[in-house]
Amino acid sequence: MSQRMFMNCNRAIVEAAIQAGCRFFTGYPFTPATECLEQASHRLPESGGIYIQGESEVSVINMLMGAAASGARCMTATSGAGYSLMQEGISHMAGIAELPCVIVNVSRGGPGFGNLAPTQSDYFMATRGGGAGDYRVLVFGPETVQEAVDLTKLAFHLADKYRTPALILSDQMLAETTEGFDLGEPIAEALPPKWWATIGCQGREPIYSGRPGKDYGPHAEYLSGNLTLNLIGFDGAGRDADTFEAHMRRLAQKYQEIEAREVRVDTWHVDDAELAVVAYGTSARLIRPAIEAARAEGLRVGLIRPITLWPFPTRVVAEAAGRVREFLVVEMSLGQMIEDVRLAVEGRAPVHLFSTVGGVVPRPEPVGVEIRRRLGATAPVPA
Amino acid sequence: MPATARAHGTIAIDPERCKGCDICVHYCPPKVLRLGPQRNTLNHRVVELFDPERCTGCEICAKVCPDMAITAVYRELRAS
Amino acid sequence: MMQRVFAQTRSAALRHRYDFCAGCGHGISIRLISEVIDELGLRERTVGVLGVGCYSTNPVTFDFDCQLALHGRAPAMATATKRLQPDRLVFTMQGDGDLAAIGTTEIIHAALRGERFTTILLNNANFGETGGHMAPTTLLGQRTPSSPKGRDAEQHGYPTRLTEMLALNDGVSYVARVAVDKPANVMRTRGALKKAFQIQMGGRGLSFVEILTACPSGWRLSPVESLRWMEDVQQKTYPLGELKKPAA
Repeated sequence: MSQRMFMNCNRAIVEAAIQAGCRFFTGYPFTPATECLEQASHRLPESGGIYIQGESEVSVINMLMGAAASGARCMTATSGAGYSLMQEGISHMAGIAELPCVIVNVSRGGPGFGNLAPTQSDYFMATRGGGAGDYRVLVFGPETVQEAVDLTKLAFHLADKYRTPALILSDQMLAETTEGFDLGEPIAEALPPKWWATIGCQGREPIYSGRPGKDYGPHAEYLSGNLTLNLIGFDGAGRDADTFEAHMRRLAQKYQEIEAREVRVDTWHVDDAELAVVAYGTSARLIRPAIEAARAEGLRVGLIRPITLWPFPTRVVAEAAGRVREFLVVEMSLGQMIEDVRLAVEGRAPVHLFSTVGGVVPRPEPVGVEIRRRLGATAPVPA
Repeated sequence: MPATARAHGTIAIDPERCKGCDICVHYCPPKVLRLGPQRNTLNHRVVELFDPERCTGCEICAKVCPDMAITAVYRELRAS
Repeated sequence: MMQRVFAQTRSAALRHRYDFCAGCGHGISIRLISEVIDELGLRERTVGVLGVGCYSTNPVTFDFDCQLALHGRAPAMATATKRLQPDRLVFTMQGDGDLAAIGTTEIIHAALRGERFTTILLNNANFGETGGHMAPTTLLGQRTPSSPKGRDAEQHGYPTRLTEMLALNDGVSYVARVAVDKPANVMRTRGALKKAFQIQMGGRGLSFVEILTACPSGWRLSPVESLRWMEDVQQKTYPLGELKKPAA
């Protein structure tokens, strides 16, 4: 059943979250994400959920940790510097406690305090993780308000399914874009119950949330004790033999599973392309006219648009590397996603960067010039 | 109940929990506890009730023990 | 015929011994919390939120559901947990470093919001787990590895009065400072914990119990000497008593 709505991306994301069953929203005011808080502050209570304004982004991520540990779907929205403050909490939720939540990062000029205009310079922080240790989070890069709505619903679903935080990487331009969209239906796939939620130990053994271990029992081996206990050979009667090493191996396996199953990517005219443009989010949307115009002139250019930034569509890019002559990465940063493209291409073709920074967005005209320059620079590939 | 009565008690000690911290010995009102010569598997000297006749079962040792090493306290009233 | 008058209580996770140092006051506090929860019949409806310190890095602290928070952040987790599960007993248990150093923001704002959970502060005048380093509750003149010549007001500042400051806020309903240094105080601690939990289950705002606990290793004193130091020195800066009570 269709539900047509018309609002800006910030507010649309909150509507999608409510439909997905989000019951807890907390946030700290931060331009350009603050409209998410405004929308949530009246829509969450209306829909039977809880809205609470946190006192800092540090508190916000830790409130999400408590909400997730209590078994509730939960969300926040922030921007660059606020996302920076959440890194410790995200690392712990992803890599130790394995708790789900959805975080919207409405990217603005970074680094540090930055400015208020759009960038895509939080890509590293999002996909590599700015917190300590080995971990990943799901990262989505929507292009339109409709896609942001669909990906928000998917983010809640996959976050619960894999017990991991999920990040929606929006930006200031998309956030304030107002367009029509269809809220659609909730995702139908049923998920197993949250056995790991700390709701009181009635009828079961106690759960310790926030400590690694396959059953989260209080009797599992704990973090720092692992090294000492292994060194002195002390086992302790009745202690579960689960180790931190085993926990990390299980985490790695989870990430491999996500990489195998959850890649989302959009390809446009890549089958016959000599030049593959790689761009996501607002960059992709803004340069589509350049690609259209070039194709109308007979130039063989295509677009690979990652929709999941982690897991990155490595296989699609690698496969294209066997056919195209070169790649052109268009992003609003000094070059971050280009590293993932180069890793996938493995040196088989040159990878160039068209970069805009400081809140400047890529316009189709200069990108069109770059496309023609790349394709006109050498003789056409013989048939 | 007899006109005058005297409390008499005893305690159960888990030697593996005791760390020989001496706090129960310090606070025992009739002074019937001491650290014995025996050591547990963690090499702590373990507390012992060396004069069980004079224990009153007052529970103080169990309440001040940081390790729950005093697992039970028993008490009865006797005619004095 | 002897009757059993005292037995160890269910929620105090009896399957493992505590890995605390000999004479550590945390063990007494944890047992008292467990006793009160079991007496009130709340074990299966309790969620403890533990900060980071010796009291939480034991393999087992309590035999009921717990959430392990990041350093200083337990009140933020407890805020969400209590609001989502208002009929559960939710409490934070935090050391003085966790609460009064890195965690001041979280506890102050939970107090301002009048969150309906209980915070239990274990005050042992240092950062015990890292080796006895200076904490906001370290006393003037007290020597630690990070204040080797003794805490000096000029260089290190004054000990915190965070507990007193929290009592000033309207959202806070009960504040008590107790100690587990001697038998009478142990009983008063148990009473304060019970009162705090009952206040929470009665729907009132933040209840706060600060428990002064011994840290023989951090203080480089024997267990019995530590108890004397608590009465002779620590309680001069941190006097015991009820700082705030709910209106009748």
